[in-house]
Amino acid sequence: MEKILRVDNLKLYYYTSKGVVKAVDDVSFSLKKGETLGLVGESGCGKTTTGFALLKMPTPPGRIVGGKIEVDGLDITPLSESEMRKNVRWEKISMVFQGAMNTLTPVYTIGKQMMETLQEHRQMEREQARKRIEKYLNLVGLSGEVVKRYPHELSGGMKQRIAIATALFLEPRVIICDEPTTALDVIVQAQIINLLKDLKEKLDLSFIFITHDLATEAEVSDRIAVMYAGKIVEIGRNGQIYGEEGPCHPYTRNLLAATPRLHEKVSTLSFIPGAPPDLLEPPSGCRFHPRCSVAMEKCAQEEPPLIEIEEEHMVACWRCEKR
Amino acid sequence: MSEKIIEVKDLQKWFPVRRNIGEFFRGEHRYVKAVDGVSFSIKRGEIFGLVGESGCGKTTTGKLIMKLLEPTGGVMLLDGKDVTHIEKEELKKYRRNVQMIFQDPYASMNPRFKVRDVMEEPLIIHRLGQDRDERLKMIEKALKEVKLNPPEEFLVRYPHMLSGGQRQRAATARTLLLNPQLLVADEPVSMIDLSTRAEILHMMKEVQRDLGLTYLYITHDLSTARYFTDRIAVMYLGKIIEMGEPDDVIDRPVHPYTRALIAAVCEPVAGKVNKAKIVPIKGEIPSAANIPQGCRFHPRCPYAVDECREKEEPKLEELENGHYHACRRWKEVQETAT
Repeated sequence: MEKILRVDNLKLYYYTSKGVVKAVDDVSFSLKKGETLGLVGESGCGKTTTGFALLKMPTPPGRIVGGKIEVDGLDITPLSESEMRKNVRWEKISMVFQGAMNTLTPVYTIGKQMMETLQEHRQMEREQARKRIEKYLNLVGLSGEVVKRYPHELSGGMKQRIAIATALFLEPRVIICDEPTTALDVIVQAQIINLLKDLKEKLDLSFIFITHDLATEAEVSDRIAVMYAGKIVEIGRNGQIYGEEGPCHPYTRNLLAATPRLHEKVSTLSFIPGAPPDLLEPPSGCRFHPRCSVAMEKCAQEEPPLIEIEEEHMVACWRCEKR
Repeated sequence: MSEKIIEVKDLQKWFPVRRNIGEFFRGEHRYVKAVDGVSFSIKRGEIFGLVGESGCGKTTTGKLIMKLLEPTGGVMLLDGKDVTHIEKEELKKYRRNVQMIFQDPYASMNPRFKVRDVMEEPLIIHRLGQDRDERLKMIEKALKEVKLNPPEEFLVRYPHMLSGGQRQRAATARTLLLNPQLLVADEPVSMIDLSTRAEILHMMKEVQRDLGLTYLYITHDLSTARYFTDRIAVMYLGKIIEMGEPDDVIDRPVHPYTRALIAAVCEPVAGKVNKAKIVPIKGEIPSAANIPQGCRFHPRCPYAVDECREKEEPKLEELENGHYHACRRWKEVQETAT
């Protein structure tokens, strides 16, 4: 299948007064057309930072220091800021930020805010722009009438839908969704998940779905990449990660075991002792080894490479063998 | 000592809404009925879960039990004693017996206090311990109970030097110092990373078993409630609509709302990615300022008939051994489901 997004050896470091924080360190993955790729991991593992890196807008003092990003056949790494703004961001790749529903300004109507984004990018007649906005509002399941409303008049779910519509209406190919369901109630969560799946079908989009929740990931993502301390430690198809044989990396295994299941009565949930490492001084060798229950001597010395253990299933662990 | 540690009957909390001029002259009042007639009791040594979506009144119920809010109506009994309206000395005594674990362990500790000072403060307020040494011993014991070992190491740390999990442990230790009978835990793990979430719940359960504590666990997360609690009550718009043991409520739900909630929960299993989720109810939770007539769930209910709209609200009814529900059409709901 055709690749819509390719990321090779991406590195994003934060240059803080205390030293260099390697927030995204040598991350490579690709996204196929019409696919949803999930990025999971604990807070501070670099999943949101990766999202920002794909748009080439790291939060200061962060800087992209290496790697290559290709969107729809176009290498965006050498592009200047103004070129990015004009041709790439929101045109080819867009993002629904974490808590995007809280970024609407309370003093303007929804219509005015959406119009602003649209007119910034496209020379369009007002009437035409209005039609476009209405079309996208309808697509996300809202009536065109909400353009007259102010953000405080809308519920959380409706605001999230508006954030999604805004990310969509310049017709990008790739959408990055950063925790789009986290602050919402379960029923609204399910509605948003359905909406994203529906949009993917209708508009032939590809998604990167960032969340900390493996359970949500199981419902939305075709492939899942697990991040730990700035690196991808495992990447595989939905069926490989959640299937019978399950994941191979001890971190993924533990994370999955720590996820409570609704219909299973368990007396004790397992957990991972310790906390994620400080990325100013990451542990030597495999970054997970201080918390790993099956770590060997080698793990503390040498960093394991990402190897393919079965088709499309890659793991970075010395303990994992070919299946 | 009675078997029921706390009992609430028909508890209400109505918040007045600012009136417009017409309403003012007509002498009308409007209220947000955050908690609108809630009754339940918690047995000694039990973990009771209160679940629901945001805006259903679960946190307000927790605050009423903490006596951070004065109830508008209803009765609250602690150990068989009426505590609905108590003041001053009695209230202080009540607060020792009922303690709270807050949602955000980052915000519930003074960043300029060391762990020792954070923990000593409640002891000083409640005049416990003769001197600093005795208080120190009590603090060390509490830290050991939540497995912050060795305690000396943690005493001198500032909150920012602790991880989220350690902070929540320290916060739990602080509540244990006063030897409470009931702990109200409002979303104690929702701000904590998944890998440590299980650790905290595990610790809370251990402490509960060791010290014979009782918890009121307030959460929006059905999956952790299933794992953590002995009994669950599901709230909708200020009322309990279903209550019972987790096995009954989650595996054999009766009320259409509970069914919808359960259907909406994501599960980490294969083969779900190509299917759309089935969400049997429409819309979002209405405002508590404008509660629908009749059964308050009827505008969103796929099973609603005229009776649900017109007749008075259904009361909690027992189905079998402690499984309660408030749905008039539960038989039809079950028939269509199977």
